[in-house]
Amino acid sequence: MGLELYLDLLSQPSRAVYIFAKKNGIPFELRSVELLKGQQHSDAFAQVNPLKKVPALKDGDFTLAESVAILLYLSRKYEVPDHWYPQDLQARARVDEYLAWQHTALRSSCTRAMWQKMMFPVFLGEQVPPETLASTLAELDRCLQLLEDKFLKDQDFVAGPHISVADLVAITELMHPVSAGCQVFRSRPKLAAWRQRVEAEVGKDLFQEAHAAVMKVEDLPPADPAIKEKLKPSVQCLLQ
Amino acid sequence: MGLELYLDLLSQPCRAVYIFAKKNRIPFELRPVDLLKGQHLSDAFAQVNPLKKVPALKDGNFTLAESVAILLYLTRKYKVPDHWYPQDVQACALVDEYLAWQHTALRRSCLRALWHKVMFPIFLGEPVSPEMLEATLAELDVTVQLLEDRFLQNKTFLTGPHISLADLVAITELMHPVGAGCQVFEGRPRLAAWRQRVEAAVGEDLFREAHEVILKAKDSPPADPTIKQKLMPLVLAMIQ
Repeated sequence: MGLELYLDLLSQPSRAVYIFAKKNGIPFELRSVELLKGQQHSDAFAQVNPLKKVPALKDGDFTLAESVAILLYLSRKYEVPDHWYPQDLQARARVDEYLAWQHTALRSSCTRAMWQKMMFPVFLGEQVPPETLASTLAELDRCLQLLEDKFLKDQDFVAGPHISVADLVAITELMHPVSAGCQVFRSRPKLAAWRQRVEAEVGKDLFQEAHAAVMKVEDLPPADPAIKEKLKPSVQCLLQ
Repeated sequence: MGLELYLDLLSQPCRAVYIFAKKNRIPFELRPVDLLKGQHLSDAFAQVNPLKKVPALKDGNFTLAESVAILLYLTRKYKVPDHWYPQDVQACALVDEYLAWQHTALRRSCLRALWHKVMFPIFLGEPVSPEMLEATLAELDVTVQLLEDRFLQNKTFLTGPHISLADLVAITELMHPVGAGCQVFEGRPRLAAWRQRVEAAVGEDLFREAHEVILKAKDSPPADPTIKQKLMPLVLAMIQ
């Protein structure tokens, strides 16, 4: 059995891994894990990732969790073009810096924005207090400003003149609130221009394909009570 | 001007960077940034790190934030022994996996434990409800258990037979609740044994030196009102 990638394209980090693998022609078996059906909680999946999250990787007997670790593993094993994770010490440090920062910053606010604006009311039928949503959107705004001012600056891409894994991680995060109807690129021409560049580099078809599922979240039927029961405990923290 | 490291040993990631640099005899100028005096908010420091956090690195004109990025930069530039961040693709991936996971897991619970148990009441003079403290300590317990069961298991170090960046990052996190008086190693013989091994590998003197400040956190004098006002919103955002 060759490389297997356990993904749900509803998940931002899954999209980053998917785009990266496809763009670099890395051969893999796609193993779908449907988060909204609670499939991440199955015993079978726990064998692959006891942390019960996607994305997860299985390469022979080797299993790996965490999208950043997976992206770097794939970069090294498949010897992808240098710009994805440059050899140059300082260029690489810039990518590492973004990948570290985003966990508790952009990722957190993008997930919360999407869940509070869309998933809680539409899918789980749970109202979110307007103050909570307002606070989340303000935090998202703050992170977007940091993304622009501290990381992107006047560069073409997040960590320098060329696209890297940092851009993939960032763009897939931003598409989360976009799918919930947040106009993250409006009134941010610098960010909008960067998005165009990333999409062009990745390839419009691949980008669209990776985002097809999340762009349709508003059409999701409400969760049935059994699913709601199953998912609610693990998503409660997203209400803060 | 050579390598400068902007640190406050009150901060877990600063301790990891400090220990790593000292252990590997990396020559650097220590630039202290006193967090409890709000020095990370100064305009001067913003030139080094616009994210206004420690640790931060300055190497000539090159500045870098994020402890994981800094540790990796130092690893590569100073060509430290392989075990810290192995060349082997799979061994390296396991370190990456831990370094990614910890941001939103162990780091978060350790930070909250220190602030809810000690820093809010003693330094900021703000009471924390028993329920909040209990919830925080319960969460810490769950995360520490995950650290043991999912990462350490029966291995000598977190990612294999040798100490790596993962162990440094983990141990410095765990010393945060220890500094707050939480007995995280009690009833956890495997973890306690791992701690002994990490301390021995790092060197007891260096370990003690790096942790002098945190172990005296309970003795922090109360913040004056100006400082308190300045720090409050940031602290609240940090421990969210």
